[in-house]
Amino acid sequence: MYVADKILPELPAPSNAKGLVHWLKTNLFSSPLNILMTLLGLYLIYKIFPPVIQWAFIDATWVADTREECLGEGKGACWAYISNRFGQIMYGFYPPEEYWRPNLAGILLIVLTLSLFIKNMPKKLWLGAFILLVFPFIAYILIHGGFLGLPEVGTDKWGGLMLTLIISLVGITAALPLGIILALGRRSKMPIVKSISIIFIELWRGVPLITVLFMASVMLPLFLPQGSDFDKLARAMIGIILFQGAYVAEVVRGGLQALPKGQYEAAAAMGLSYWKSMFLIILPQALKLVIPGLVNTFIALFKDTTLVLIIGLFDLLAIIQNVLGSDASWLGFFTEGLVFAAFVFWIFCFNMSRYSMALERKLDTGHRS
Amino acid sequence: MKKTMILGLAIATIFATNVNAETKKSTLESVKKAGVLKCGVTTGLAGFSAPDKDGKWTGIDVDTCRAVAAAVLGDATKVKFKPLTAKERFTALQSGEIDMLSRNTTWTLTRDASLGLNFAGVNYYDGQGFMVSKKLDVKSVNELDGAAVCLQAGTTTELNLADYFKAHNMKFKAITSDTSDQTIKGFEAGRCDVLTSDQSQLYALRIKLAKPDDAVVLPEIISKEPLGPVVRQGDDQWFNIVKWSLNAMINAEEMGITKANVKDKKSSKDPATARLMGGQGEKLGLDDAWSYNIISQVGNYGEIFESNVGKGSPLKIERGLNALWNKGGIMYAPPIR
Repeated sequence: MYVADKILPELPAPSNAKGLVHWLKTNLFSSPLNILMTLLGLYLIYKIFPPVIQWAFIDATWVADTREECLGEGKGACWAYISNRFGQIMYGFYPPEEYWRPNLAGILLIVLTLSLFIKNMPKKLWLGAFILLVFPFIAYILIHGGFLGLPEVGTDKWGGLMLTLIISLVGITAALPLGIILALGRRSKMPIVKSISIIFIELWRGVPLITVLFMASVMLPLFLPQGSDFDKLARAMIGIILFQGAYVAEVVRGGLQALPKGQYEAAAAMGLSYWKSMFLIILPQALKLVIPGLVNTFIALFKDTTLVLIIGLFDLLAIIQNVLGSDASWLGFFTEGLVFAAFVFWIFCFNMSRYSMALERKLDTGHRS
Repeated sequence: MKKTMILGLAIATIFATNVNAETKKSTLESVKKAGVLKCGVTTGLAGFSAPDKDGKWTGIDVDTCRAVAAAVLGDATKVKFKPLTAKERFTALQSGEIDMLSRNTTWTLTRDASLGLNFAGVNYYDGQGFMVSKKLDVKSVNELDGAAVCLQAGTTTELNLADYFKAHNMKFKAITSDTSDQTIKGFEAGRCDVLTSDQSQLYALRIKLAKPDDAVVLPEIISKEPLGPVVRQGDDQWFNIVKWSLNAMINAEEMGITKANVKDKKSSKDPATARLMGGQGEKLGLDDAWSYNIISQVGNYGEIFESNVGKGSPLKIERGLNALWNKGGIMYAPPIR
């Protein structure tokens, strides 16, 4: 009789059950259909990627002073088209010697926001309130100027990525509180508050953003006194905030409805007032639930800012399409322009969605078992 | 009931005061007071109005604005350009957001008569034209029966084309795209035989081809598109100023007065030149140097044409209809006397 008196040593897995070959077999070539799909996929990759890389990198012209240097047989993308007017793409018609002002405002915002992420940072609440309530004015003074000896740079000179970011940041930060108030209003038991909220939300949600912008830019001036020059950017921003507020309201309302009734009752049983129960119990849970929805609307807003072109504001896309595209000595590079714009938008949107995922993980208190 | 009436009355009063304010304050006064001319231009159209590398606006429409600023304020640089989209342009003028509109706008009866606007003249005679590939060896539009035509959707181009082909008993296949950039891509890829658009556009689009010399613009023009500056109705003095600023540039070309020689011409003995150079400003409510300022700071019509869209520019558009009346075109300005 054979008795194993010691544990046999571990053997490596058989060669057909591990390694690259095994992975390929189980994942890519497991059935005739899969084999077909894999081959088709490989063929598409082969067809698409080498030419794109060839065009965008290998054959590309990075530096050129005239259009002619970019043209000719075997020449790929003309990135000089972008780099020659990079300043305008970033800042619009902002005077170059003043670029440090929006830069400073941007750096300030980044530093302030990052410090919110430091654990054990004292007085976080105050810092957050400072960023939301005081910082916008600092940024305005810096970028617009006209105070404290800074030369004034009117909003008609703002443009490019700077304008895209300003519009979307203002839109996002102002729409969130507005949306929360509206969502609470819509669930309120007070009939007037409730009906005002419903009317507001349904009205703004029922019209396309393009209509809102048109109304702000085409209709509104007709009602204002002759010659009163109400800033076009401000008009557009107010429209965007109200529009976005209505969307945020519905997302937040979804979160409020998802909370079990017990939470509301428990808050009431504790003897908390309406506002206290909302801000201490309900909203922290509800907002956490709707982070994906909120980020979704914010990404949508970020991309929607390109609509401001139709009212003659030059955001990133408008600068590339209309300003660079109408330069008579650099005609014919719209592909490069659009690829670059798409790339910039993608970077921002992708980071927003990564940030939202990180936020979800950080705030996850394990209710999902 | 009473409350609604009061509210209505209040609104009516506000509008009434608006209208009053509008009629009382002349555009000339408000421009002089502001020290800057607010001029509506396109959001970017090569050769007509486009910001250059330093953010400075250039183009033939832009120079028309500058000429008015030179006449009124004595300084062609005192213009604030307001980029406007096609839909916004008339409202911006009606509401007083801008003092004049110079945004390649076609002069038509409807616009002139029903929008409360006045067209002050024509600074570019445009018209719908055709571009074909050289290898097709087509010499005239009439040989294009059955052709596939690339065009931009939702424009008058589409309607003009249908009218023209119907009138000449020809057929065509329309290949529409959203933007003019897409039409030229389609043309380049061979999806259509012909590309149609305003002729000034065709030249700009042709440059975008990999081999611009392989395409030719046919001589025929099938529609009339006179483009010019526009002002609000009801301010005749301002209307005259804009009209005669443009006329001064055209007359200057006719008399051979250029940016370079305007200084010498100032003391010219020729009566017509002398009249253009001075003595007429008062009638327009301007000072006597108005026309001198226009020509010395902006140039005559021929100069602004050549530098923005003609030989001096990458567009290389022929003068064609825009040549002076005595040189084969139809550009004609009433005399200054």
